[in-house]
Amino acid sequence: MSTGHSHEHDHQEVPSDLTLRVKALESLLVEKGLVDRAALDALIDTYEHKVGPRNGARVVARAWVEAAYKKRLLEDATSAIAEFGFSGRQGEHMVALENTATIHNLVVCTLCSCYPWPVLGLPPVWYKSAPYRSRAVIDPRGVLREFGLELPEDVEVRVWDSTAELRYLVLPERPAGAEKLSEDELAALVTRDAMIGVAKVQVPQQGVRT
Amino acid sequence: MNGVHDMGGMHAMGPIQREENEPVFHARWEGRIFALNAAMGAWRKWNIDAGRHQIELIPAADYLRMSYYEKWFVRLVELAVRHGLVARCEIESGKPEPGSARATPALTAEKVPKILANGTLASREVPEAPRFQVGEKVRARNIHPTGHTRLPRYARGKLGTIHRHHGAFVFPDTNARFLGEKPQHVYSVRFAARELWGDEASPRDAVYIDMWDDYLEPA
Repeated sequence: MSTGHSHEHDHQEVPSDLTLRVKALESLLVEKGLVDRAALDALIDTYEHKVGPRNGARVVARAWVEAAYKKRLLEDATSAIAEFGFSGRQGEHMVALENTATIHNLVVCTLCSCYPWPVLGLPPVWYKSAPYRSRAVIDPRGVLREFGLELPEDVEVRVWDSTAELRYLVLPERPAGAEKLSEDELAALVTRDAMIGVAKVQVPQQGVRT
Repeated sequence: MNGVHDMGGMHAMGPIQREENEPVFHARWEGRIFALNAAMGAWRKWNIDAGRHQIELIPAADYLRMSYYEKWFVRLVELAVRHGLVARCEIESGKPEPGSARATPALTAEKVPKILANGTLASREVPEAPRFQVGEKVRARNIHPTGHTRLPRYARGKLGTIHRHHGAFVFPDTNARFLGEKPQHVYSVRFAARELWGDEASPRDAVYIDMWDDYLEPA
């Protein structure tokens, strides 16, 4: 299995024959006329190249620079996000959660892997893994510490377990030191992890425009 | 069902292992099985709840051992066979049965952007008014359905507060078993961390869980 990375992580053991088994299944389904190979290519291309956390970052940056947009986003996230043309599968019913100086939101799906695809793309392995799913609800502060985020005791941590068809996007706090950045420059700072709620948005030490 | 998939609150699952610059798919087969699931789903022989349930039915030891997309492989084979799109012997031989009819794909490349952009709405109109109001105290029912449910074990029997009303949605417990959509109101319910996990939890923190009406009772 070519994985393109060297360190150990939680892929568990992947039987080496999965490549062959999936290939055989695909051939069978194509031969039976059940699937179209070009449709498979289009689906993969969409999530590898077109849909991902850059979408969500644009939503966040807009909310930071435009108060009226932020209000729309917090009131009806599905419609506000659709203003960018981001909609559909696994983002049909969106909710935006605002992080503030006193409230920190964190998103999980303890039962499977629910995640807001139109704004964040497909979830990373850790989000779908047993360690994150099991601990996010019982020990959110410990989980955040593992991600390098130590929250003061007086901050309220709200964990959102995605048990239904609502999909959650965290609106991170706009970082200090970013006052002069443009919307596009702000969007470039917004990370996937900040929109899940396991990180804050940081202004890099270098590269801050004055 | 009280399966291993319902893992909120479990211990000893190990550290969270992150990967810098993680690719969307780690191998070609992962992308192919992801896409095959979507393309076969377009036949509408099953629904999203049945798809989730099929993964829960993977035996616990296998569920924990398998990678995410290996579970998608198992799920697709089981659903395709069970719903008559493919015969078990065809999976084994890798060839269509002699004389079997050739279908026309339900999903073509041209339709992909549209089906993704449209998605599938799970919301429904129902005649009943919501049973609970924002701010009202509720208790998650202490039930243990043996089929699919989206009521996590860690919340059962616990006291919460209605935080928000989301509207009415298809009920997964029945939909997963093709017993009807049984649409009903869904609420975001706030559970104090201490109610769920005891006095060692933070007095400030809370878990918000989306709950169908059938999961709740007045408190």
